[in-house]
Amino acid sequence: MRVPGQVWLSGSRRFWQAVPAGVLLAVAWVLLAGRPALGELSIDITRGVVEPLPVAVVEFAGTQANEREYGRDVARVIAANLERSGLFQPVNPAAFIQREVPLDATPRFGDWRVINAQALVHGRVMLQADGRLQADFRLWDVFAERQMAGFTFVTDPRNWRRVAHIISDAVYKRITGEDGYFDTRIVYVAESGPRDNRVKRLAIMDQDGENHRFLTDGSDLVLTPRFSPTLQEITYLSFHRGRPQVFIYNIDTGRQESIGDFDGLSFAPRFSPDGTRLVMSLSREGNSDIYAMDLRTRQLRRLTAGTGIDTSPSYAPDGRQIVFNSDRGGSQQIYLMDADGGNVRRISFGQGRYATPVWSPRGDLIAFTRMHQGRFFIGVMRPDGSGERLLAEGFRVEGPTWAPNGRVLMYFDEEPTRAGGSGRSRLVSIDLTGRNKREVPTPTDASDPAWSPLIP
Amino acid sequence: MRLSSIAALAAAVLLVVGCQTPPERSGAAAGSGAAAGGAGVSGRGATDGVDRMAGTLSEQLAQVGDRVFFAFDQYALTPEARGTIEGQAALLSRHSGITVRIEGHADERGTREYNLALGDRRAHAVKDYMVALGISPGRITTTSYGSERPAVLGSNEQAWAQNRRAVTVVFTDRVGS
Repeated sequence: MRVPGQVWLSGSRRFWQAVPAGVLLAVAWVLLAGRPALGELSIDITRGVVEPLPVAVVEFAGTQANEREYGRDVARVIAANLERSGLFQPVNPAAFIQREVPLDATPRFGDWRVINAQALVHGRVMLQADGRLQADFRLWDVFAERQMAGFTFVTDPRNWRRVAHIISDAVYKRITGEDGYFDTRIVYVAESGPRDNRVKRLAIMDQDGENHRFLTDGSDLVLTPRFSPTLQEITYLSFHRGRPQVFIYNIDTGRQESIGDFDGLSFAPRFSPDGTRLVMSLSREGNSDIYAMDLRTRQLRRLTAGTGIDTSPSYAPDGRQIVFNSDRGGSQQIYLMDADGGNVRRISFGQGRYATPVWSPRGDLIAFTRMHQGRFFIGVMRPDGSGERLLAEGFRVEGPTWAPNGRVLMYFDEEPTRAGGSGRSRLVSIDLTGRNKREVPTPTDASDPAWSPLIP
Repeated sequence: MRLSSIAALAAAVLLVVGCQTPPERSGAAAGSGAAAGGAGVSGRGATDGVDRMAGTLSEQLAQVGDRVFFAFDQYALTPEARGTIEGQAALLSRHSGITVRIEGHADERGTREYNLALGDRRAHAVKDYMVALGISPGRITTTSYGSERPAVLGSNEQAWAQNRRAVTVVFTDRVGS
């Protein structure tokens, strides 16, 4: 069964609690995905898409009823992912002329051209004798009549959603030339109750809102969760015993651990890109400064000094610089420093206050929250402070987090407080062009989203 | 748990401040007039037990004012705030057995992490002034709730002005002198 170029993935599986250890997910690349060649079907996502690319996603074939059921579900999840990206428009299956596409046959391209499907995704699901699910998929350029990608997975059937997300990522990458972001999760703060006695719980879900579960019970107020690059841990703030303290939550074990009992408050934690350190604010005698902690030795290193509020630090993806928020100049602005605290310089110069800078995983942009004339904005700028663009605005929009491909942001949007203390708070995703803005479904009110890296 | 019940007691008791402090919505505070035993302590009993002492101290704290207010994005104490803290300090110097916790808060017009730092600064501004007035720093702890626990619900200037605050809460009560 093993084919040349086959890749065995196992390291990430512990992340998925439903999947027992020892089940391997196999991926065989039939055609290598890569940047589209000249003249191929492609989308330049840097320009923003006014007309999404029409794509037909056919139910994956199967011989048994339960295989066909998986096939329908996989196709549905792929189509929903592609649609939500704003770059693709799935063609309504009711319009399909060729209802079934056998895995190893060439599609009847004329049937797809006539309904203006430019790309075609189809595949097959088989349940093997050992109970594992085998999924094959193909991506075709309908007008060029050429296969663009295809591969095979073998995995536990309970992983079927992940299979659909990985296929979605492959389609996205083959056509846009950029990595996808569908095989990811979101950790966030689930909110309930009136605003003066809000109950806040950590919750985690797939990027499309599925597989939702609560991680904490709400007995302690929690804020600002952020993923470790290794995915197994989340760092966050908890008001355990009434004092803000940084904690680490282990997703495998459910264990919550304080990183240390400091004299003052500890808050605004974020992992370094290699996962070996935390950078955060510690306040001593009312003065907040930024510190880095070596997670192995628990040694603290102070990176900023002075009387200003220094907070919301975020590493560059190469780990060499840190962007942070400071009011040392009189109002909240965004500053850069080297990872050892040297070479500090201000990069935000627009009107109003700037906060919550977050470095893109691509390194090319910094996302931030800006406050001006009573309104909040989500924006991006280059690391030298140039090229500022505002993407979203609201009464209180805050806390952008990057999809791992650096092309999509998620943030929260909080309504004004109404009589009785209600007022919705929800998660919103937006692409860098600002054109594709979507509410992210959550079972309760939501805030402080953090996007995971791609699951390896 | 002990902390929150004391906080609730303080909230209940502090209703006597009246127009300056609109009723808190949380727990025991709602509807309980003045310092009646709504929060579970033996209110205006005749005995001089510890519970009664707690009530008495919180009442006295309420009379001098348990909270001070700040301008937008500021932590400097106003003359009015100084007056209130002077009253609190006088009370603390009369009852050397009590310790207090100062809880700093911010309004919702700022980002979460910055608001935590700002609330912390405000709590320390109160603490520093109390220490300057002769109260031992060992009797004062501080925390910050950022914008997580508004005192007044609403997205308007009036509510925000009430929420930019530092509240002094009787933290532990031993029978003092």
